[in-house]
Amino acid sequence: MNFLPKNVAMSPSKQASTRETYQRLINSNTEMRGVYVTSRTKEFQVSIRSMTSFLKYCGLLCLLLPVCVQAAVSSEARTIMIALTEEPPQLNSMKATDQVSIFVLGHLMEGLVRYDRRGRLVPGVAESWDVEDLTYTFTLRKDARWSDGQPVTARDFVFSWRNTLDPVTASEYAFILYPVKHGEAINKGKRPITELGVVAEDDRTLIVTLERPTAYFLKLCAFASYLPVREDVVRAKKDRYAADADDFLMNGPFRLEEWVHGASLRMVKNEHYWDRDNIYLNEINAAYVTSDTRARLNLFLDDKIVYTSLDGDTYKDALSNQLRIRSFTTGSVFFLEYNHREDRATANLNLRRAIQHAYDPDEMVNKVLATPGNLTGVSVFPVWLDGIEGKFRDEFPAPIADRNIPRAREYLAAAKRELGGTIPPLVLLVSDSPTATKQAEYIQGELLNNLGLDIRIDKQIFKQRLAKMTSGDFDIVGAGWGPDFDDIMTFGDLFASWNLNNRGRYSNPRYDEQVRTAMNSVDPATRMRAMSKAQQILFDDAVVLPQYEQGVIYLLHPKLRGVVRRVTGVDPDFTRARIIQ
Amino acid sequence: MSEQSHKFTQLDFAPLDHREDHESIARPSLSYWQDAWRRLKQNTRAIISMYILIALALFTMAGPLLWQVDASRQDLNQTSQAPGFVRQALIVPAYKRWAAPVDQAIPKYGDLLPEELASAQGLTAAEPPNTQTVRLIWEPVPGAGGYSIYRNTRPPTSMQDLGLPLSSVDTGNKHGYEDRLNLKAEEYFYSVVATDGFDEAAVFSTLQLRPQLAITHKDALERDLSNNPQPGDEVSLAFHPLGTDYLGRDMLARLMEGARVSLFIGVLAPLAFVIFGVAYGGFAGYVGGSIDNILMRFADFVVALPFLLFMILFKIAFGIGPGESGIIPMLVALVLLSWPATARLVRGQVLQIREQGYIDAARLMGASNHYLIARHILPNTMGVVLVTLTFAVPMAIFTEAFLSFIGMGVAPPTPSWGSMCNAGVKTMLAHPHELILPAVLISITVLAFNLFGDGLTEALDARMRGRE
Amino acid sequence: MIRYTAKRILSGIVTIWFITTATFLAMHAVPGDPLMNDKAVSEEIRRNLEARYGLDKPLSKQYVIFISNMLKGDFGISFTQQNRRVNDIIREHFPVSAILGILAVVIAALGGMLWGALTALYRNRLPDITIMFLVILGISVPGFVFAATGQLALVHLNAMVGTTVLPVAGWGTFTHMLMPALVLGLGTMALLTRLMRTSMIDVMGEDYIRTAHAKGLSAQRIFLRHQLRNAILPVVTVLGPQIAAITTGGFVVEYVFAIPGLGRYFVQAVQQLDYTVIMGTTVFYGAFLVLMVILVDILYGLIDPRVRLST
Repeated sequence: MNFLPKNVAMSPSKQASTRETYQRLINSNTEMRGVYVTSRTKEFQVSIRSMTSFLKYCGLLCLLLPVCVQAAVSSEARTIMIALTEEPPQLNSMKATDQVSIFVLGHLMEGLVRYDRRGRLVPGVAESWDVEDLTYTFTLRKDARWSDGQPVTARDFVFSWRNTLDPVTASEYAFILYPVKHGEAINKGKRPITELGVVAEDDRTLIVTLERPTAYFLKLCAFASYLPVREDVVRAKKDRYAADADDFLMNGPFRLEEWVHGASLRMVKNEHYWDRDNIYLNEINAAYVTSDTRARLNLFLDDKIVYTSLDGDTYKDALSNQLRIRSFTTGSVFFLEYNHREDRATANLNLRRAIQHAYDPDEMVNKVLATPGNLTGVSVFPVWLDGIEGKFRDEFPAPIADRNIPRAREYLAAAKRELGGTIPPLVLLVSDSPTATKQAEYIQGELLNNLGLDIRIDKQIFKQRLAKMTSGDFDIVGAGWGPDFDDIMTFGDLFASWNLNNRGRYSNPRYDEQVRTAMNSVDPATRMRAMSKAQQILFDDAVVLPQYEQGVIYLLHPKLRGVVRRVTGVDPDFTRARIIQ
Repeated sequence: MSEQSHKFTQLDFAPLDHREDHESIARPSLSYWQDAWRRLKQNTRAIISMYILIALALFTMAGPLLWQVDASRQDLNQTSQAPGFVRQALIVPAYKRWAAPVDQAIPKYGDLLPEELASAQGLTAAEPPNTQTVRLIWEPVPGAGGYSIYRNTRPPTSMQDLGLPLSSVDTGNKHGYEDRLNLKAEEYFYSVVATDGFDEAAVFSTLQLRPQLAITHKDALERDLSNNPQPGDEVSLAFHPLGTDYLGRDMLARLMEGARVSLFIGVLAPLAFVIFGVAYGGFAGYVGGSIDNILMRFADFVVALPFLLFMILFKIAFGIGPGESGIIPMLVALVLLSWPATARLVRGQVLQIREQGYIDAARLMGASNHYLIARHILPNTMGVVLVTLTFAVPMAIFTEAFLSFIGMGVAPPTPSWGSMCNAGVKTMLAHPHELILPAVLISITVLAFNLFGDGLTEALDARMRGRE
Repeated sequence: MIRYTAKRILSGIVTIWFITTATFLAMHAVPGDPLMNDKAVSEEIRRNLEARYGLDKPLSKQYVIFISNMLKGDFGISFTQQNRRVNDIIREHFPVSAILGILAVVIAALGGMLWGALTALYRNRLPDITIMFLVILGISVPGFVFAATGQLALVHLNAMVGTTVLPVAGWGTFTHMLMPALVLGLGTMALLTRLMRTSMIDVMGEDYIRTAHAKGLSAQRIFLRHQLRNAILPVVTVLGPQIAAITTGGFVVEYVFAIPGLGRYFVQAVQQLDYTVIMGTTVFYGAFLVLMVILVDILYGLIDPRVRLST
């Protein structure tokens, strides 16, 4: 260590660190403040005047600089500007998991089928399909093309699906392909990928065999993991596939023209897209990347972006600017999930019931979240899910526990008896987002006031929260679930004993039974009745405490029409948006 | 002596009496510290700052004794309340669910196009509106398939300006809506637009009303607002002189508790790392030689760590357990990363002082090492140390505020000025007091420490003596 | 001089090694699992992911691998953006932070000198008091408050003028940089103003100024040639460290103004526990800081002969 000669190390002035030097400078200068100086202001008037004129010149220069920042909407060029909340982490459709990536992919790519503006499935790359028992035969369009002009073939789907399931790819969304025959076995390394139940009969015929009857398989085909991928491009780009704009191909309405990481994504109309005549916009330019809602509102106010979501803190500013606010329910459900592992106090049913009756999610939604669009949570199954004919919620209303403090206290007393006299402090695990923090503080206050429970908030960053959830290091966790596809099963199996996302390790054979019934049937009535029984079990066992169904409020440029909001898939969808005059 | 005709006498040549005090110093003898204090007192800005700091200390420590309000007690009846006076509220019975009226004689889904739909007639409040609930009813619009309900705080001028989209009713025969969303006792303009189930009609009807501030009977009992409160009575709500935050918690109490956190970190962290730095640097400087070399190399390494990056890393590496405030990890991280600067500063000072003549003189007179350190070396480094301390306080407070900004500050419900500022900056236009109050306190503290530090520098520097 | 430089560089390398080790240990001490995500994955997939990032090996082995890769100039692949190399991330985003930082320091330095000189000239009069009040505000208000208000001010400015005077957020042209750089440099500007003020006042009392006046030089010449020049010296010496500090401290501004700087990536990486990006950015920033310090030291050596002699 002693590699410097002594005299260097001994002299304090030489190796002055940055901070130290600085400190000394401050000191040595402030020391001399007491020095008396005769004021010679008059003599310096000249120099001050020259300085001010220089300043004026600088200011003028700034104003004269050409500012070429595009406006939110350009009617002539048919261009719109948007902001992304973050840089899309993964535009490789076989690995993409997050909302931003799936949003961008939804504009760049098209699967076998897609959703129209009313939420109905319509043909995409596949122009038609036949369903025969477990076999789906898709006929692809002649004119479906990649952005380099080559046709989209059935092989592109086979390659993509096999690769997604290949354990070497390690795709987190591989499970969504499990309905395809041998999908799960391949993903677990028990079968070679070539045995997957999908075959390219010829360039335009794709035959898919399912593992078991899956009522919602067609809906899955609109999902990002089912998108086609060109083998030759993946082979050529290897690890860098989809890392930059020219590192992958697109087959959707737009193609990625330019991608400046962290700053902007420019999507321009794909001239090879089969339905190009119905695409009005020439360019969607995501020129800003920030998760700061206020920054995005400022951009909107400055007419720089066409769309931004608001939160409880910013909507008042939007209102005072006389902007039209719209609301939308995202379809995600947020709930408090209890830890059902045996060594936890929350494994006690009476304790969970006490909380169920002492806590009013309605008040939380109205006074803590305090933004429109959120619906008070009553069930894990959100209001938008389809039932047998109408909506599931209408056909099988969710059981509701009204707030009833005396009753809650009775349950609590019972819980105390069973747990040996006292309830230990309960750990409430939450994420570090401001909304989650607010809610946690509210829950803490409520349960203390109403039940005298000692709630300890454990606020953790994303990965640490997940680690704690997985290892069961919590009593209650603030959790949420967003739908992957438009069917009740996306929520239905959440608390099945085999589901890895069931982090509270709830396990009930009766519930599992209902889930299996619903999974293995294609008859809507059977499935929905099973799910309604599952809903009742979840309520009786107080497995979770539903908090709210998430809503967003947002601003949209008044000149823009045809922007579609969706519960599953691309949201918001600008692909078929138009600009009016 | 001026007398010209002075004649010398014998007496003039006699020696004076031997007086003990003839070499005494006429002016009072001042120690280093007395002298410093004297000069500090002449610096008005420093003295004002000192009084501000004392006031802050009182605010932090004595404040909670005078203002005994629980800083984490929520009051959802008074969220984001601006500073003001006591407010009166009506006591209402416990909330009961309300089912909006449904006219079974009318079909659920109408058959008219949006542009053919009329505006809703007879829009009115079903019950006297209060801040617990506003219940609206209107006559069903013939042919409608649903309704959208909006709320604004000023009269709507056009379809584009109806305000907050509260909700939509998805059937045409349900002709009522209950609003409970964050109601305040202010003027509201409710608008109802008929829809065909998807798209809105071109006309709307508006109702103006002002909900009365209300509190539920249960809440009134729990909060002990009056003796035996009954529904229908008026009571005074809890008084919040500086207003409340987004959960209706008392700002004054939170500012006091936040002061405890911010000043705790702001004062204790610098104190800890300065003490450690003094010990470390003093030791290295005094011992010298290769030990000094090694110790200082290590300090160099720590100085080279990117401060904010490591602050974040350390902070999460230490982890905050459930229910912990996370103050201690932050403190430890601050101390771990900040001590070397002081250590180097002190070491430099010690090296200089060690070579001074008076040290040699003292050593010659037989002073022991202990005596030298305690009497000469330490006191002479104190000036630099104190100044570092006063400048380190704002740095620590800012670091805490920054960590709060990126969501890694103290854990809720513990407030700190930094985290309060961060919460306030988001609502700075709608509820400015939530930002301004903590921001002003941070500013005052930082400013006071800075000015006091300046004053201290001037006062403690021996070179400044006699310059005035 | 060459020997001195060589020694400084050698000690710099050891310092970087220390930073690397400290980061490595601190990061692995962080509880949590970088491979976990919203959707739970099966054991097989997990094993594959671990193998891809070498997390299946013991910590000591991982350390050796990291160091050897680092020596080859390779920081690995990001965990969150699985097709991007950390080297690319640094290469693409560091220049943004650096440009912003340098501009901020330039603004801070120019502003600091200007205001400092003004306050010294108008000592204890209205301009001095006003500017010093603003300076105090500059040091005593947290940066994120400035960032938010600065942006809001731009919205109002643009609305008032009716056209985009300065963009509200984003990155690309020089106009995009002005407001963020100003906000970023504000704290430094305040400090420099203080420094400059005292420094100016010092210089104004010096004998050579009196001599210059006695020689009958014009006030302007004295101001520019003698006072400003001499007063600037101590201010200039703190600029180097300030550039480093500002460049690494731009998270807040990058976040609010939607600027693709490296700071934002680091904060994101910490939240996502993106091991490779954390390591890459910290080591890179550490090396950058060390380099800055060495440069400043060498410059001191060039300017101050006492330093040179004692080597």
